[in-house]
Amino acid sequence: MSSPLLSVSGLTKRYRRRGETIAAVEDVSFHIEPGETLALAGPSGSGKSTVARLVLRLVQPDAGDIQFEGEDFLTLGGAALRSRRAHLQMVFQDPLAAFNPRATVARVLDDPLRIHGIASRPERPRRIAALLERVGLSPDLAPRAIHEISGGQRQRVAIARAIATKPSLIVLDEAVSALDVSVRGQILRLLLDLQREERIAYLFISHDLGVVRAIAHRLVILDAGTIAESGDARTVIDAPQSAIGKALVVAAPKLDRTGP
Amino acid sequence: MSPLRRFLRMPEALAGTVILAALFAMALAAPLIFPGDPQAIAGPALLPPFQDWSLPLGTDRLGRDVLAELFHGARTSLAVGLAAAAAALAVGAIVGTLAGFAGGLIDDVLMRITDAFQTVPSFLLALAFVSVVGPSLGVVVVAIALGAWTGPARVARAEVLSIRERDFVAGARVIGMHPLAIAFREILPNALPPVAALSSVIVAAAILTEAALSFLGLGDPNRVTWGGMIAEGRAVLRTAPFLSIIPGIALVLTVLGVYLVGEGVVETTAVRRSLS
Amino acid sequence: MTALLAVRDLTVTHRRDGDEVAALKDISLDIAVGERLAVIGESGSGKSTLALAIAGLLPASARIDGRIDWSLPSPPSWGVKERQPKFVPLGGRDIGFVFQDPSASLDPVMPVGKQIAEVAHTHLGLNWPQAYAKAKTLLERVRLPDPDGALRAFPHQLSGGQKQRIAIAAAIAAGPKLLIADEATSALDTIVQAEIVTLIRQLVAEDGMTLLFISHDIALAAALAERIAVFRHGGLVEIGAARQIVSGPRHAYTRSLLDAHLGLDAIPLSRQAGTSA
Repeated sequence: MSSPLLSVSGLTKRYRRRGETIAAVEDVSFHIEPGETLALAGPSGSGKSTVARLVLRLVQPDAGDIQFEGEDFLTLGGAALRSRRAHLQMVFQDPLAAFNPRATVARVLDDPLRIHGIASRPERPRRIAALLERVGLSPDLAPRAIHEISGGQRQRVAIARAIATKPSLIVLDEAVSALDVSVRGQILRLLLDLQREERIAYLFISHDLGVVRAIAHRLVILDAGTIAESGDARTVIDAPQSAIGKALVVAAPKLDRTGP
Repeated sequence: MSPLRRFLRMPEALAGTVILAALFAMALAAPLIFPGDPQAIAGPALLPPFQDWSLPLGTDRLGRDVLAELFHGARTSLAVGLAAAAAALAVGAIVGTLAGFAGGLIDDVLMRITDAFQTVPSFLLALAFVSVVGPSLGVVVVAIALGAWTGPARVARAEVLSIRERDFVAGARVIGMHPLAIAFREILPNALPPVAALSSVIVAAAILTEAALSFLGLGDPNRVTWGGMIAEGRAVLRTAPFLSIIPGIALVLTVLGVYLVGEGVVETTAVRRSLS
Repeated sequence: MTALLAVRDLTVTHRRDGDEVAALKDISLDIAVGERLAVIGESGSGKSTLALAIAGLLPASARIDGRIDWSLPSPPSWGVKERQPKFVPLGGRDIGFVFQDPSASLDPVMPVGKQIAEVAHTHLGLNWPQAYAKAKTLLERVRLPDPDGALRAFPHQLSGGQKQRIAIAAAIAAGPKLLIADEATSALDTIVQAEIVTLIRQLVAEDGMTLLFISHDIALAAALAERIAVFRHGGLVEIGAARQIVSGPRHAYTRSLLDAHLGLDAIPLSRQAGTSA
């Protein structure tokens, strides 16, 4: 077996608050293979969003090791880190907060193409149109302001921006939690299509086990900053072993559609 | 309703706009209506206003046309006020953005420099600077800006500190944007509205500081200034008080106009923010 | 069934920058005394506008047509259109309202005990010591650990779930007839959401309150409510017993909402037929 795409070991992040040291993430280890979806689930405060930010180098860990595409991701800095970021992208929960409030759709998609030298200036409008079409949007949306389009369209633009640099891994931090259920299904299908065609791996962060079961291959359940259990997503959800896993399964809203 | 219409529907904003428009008209029309040197002698000395209609506001001790001086003085007041405020806002916004975004040592150093400037009264600073370098229009602008940039710097820094934590800044880092591009393309434009809200106070203060410097004889000697006119009239305050009162009224109206327009703009943008 | 209130031909229009947007169109429905009614819909369906209209919390700029008739002993009835002065005191005393974001609905600089006691003091005419005693009882009822400590706590010292419990305690402090929960569990994680839903169900049963539960989650609504009203684009799609809505929906839209639900028994999307190419 070849080396995994992303391999995280012993990841630890502590915060100091009023003299006390609180571990947000403690000794977390996992790996992701190319083209695979790994879900991180857990209640709020379990550290799942912190793990996402650590993996993306938005926050520096206190201890641990991150290998990405066979390279020590933590020792990279400056221009080297910025250029590697092309392969490791992110989609946020609230697509309105994730974009500059003054931006247009075109500018949001132009930035990654320009920064990573993917397309020359005259070529970029065509690339932007192609990206919009790839995520199921009309190229006519390009000149519109981000705040003018609907929430579902915005999340598609966020995905278009994430795939603009042809990444091998996208971190999805509660990326479908704020969407209406009908839009959520469409976005999940879009993510699956992209994964199948471009072999993109996902680190899928969610508190909703129903969504996790629908999209993830493997699942890691976090509780209070540490891994409570992990394994095949369906196996874990069908028969959770940890207390927190059982609590999450019990709490998930269930729909009994059989008649009276 | 468009922001402009909402703005003009506020009576105080409309009044301020009328005052400022009149002032700008005066400043722009000065060389057309009074093409000659405003400091040239135009008639008998100390002619009171409304006596001779070719010199409607009378003449000063040397027989110079007060109305011509007033028009040309508007040019200096507005030019210095706007230039000094623009310089102060630009320097303040850049320093504040760098301090807030970089954090750590850069933040500490920049904010201690800001503290140092803030502890010296800004007028004293301007006075000292002009005395040392010598009076000219550019020096006066720099002197006033030196004491005015600290307020915008603090406001910009506070704003940047809160914007820095927002998702879209993290998003810009994730796509590999250069830190300086993040600071100046992503953060600064969003930090500007509260900084810009300070501009009316700064413009008004700059106009007053310029007048005070001129009053003390530290204005550009080659230009007519309202402060200089007031100082000039002081010698004959008992016999010809109009020489001090007329430029004084012009000064008060200007500052009032700037304040009213500034308040109106803040009000309009506040309404727009709460609507969105 | 005795109706607590009857909504008749309710239309709410918002004016924004010269445009008129209808948030609710011709809504008529009854809420029975003591029932648990869920209103579900996606964003822009008008479900929150309905909650605000019933609570009298719509902004003054909104245009309201139609009527909301209450059958409360006092005041007997009023039309929204007339905006009688009786309309105002009803909120807080006869209607308890729980918002989505407890951090926004609680005063950040006031101890939470005082915020609850204030409701009892204002609406029940209790003196302050009695109001605080009432607040403590309420904190026990919403099952906060250490109610004495919680009385003195500030909102920022509490977790999201605890803050929502406080907001619920304040909402029921005056013994309202109607409790409105507007997406009250949407900002919480699944485990806390389940706890809050259980708490609401229990409080409503104990006090004989009527519940109006606004949610985007059809499964959650079905688990809590006896009847479900489905809203879309400001209109009422269908209303019926929760069981009937879930197992035999009459409208295609309701069916699509049910199909979109991803439960723990859902087939992974990658194995579903009809995945778009």
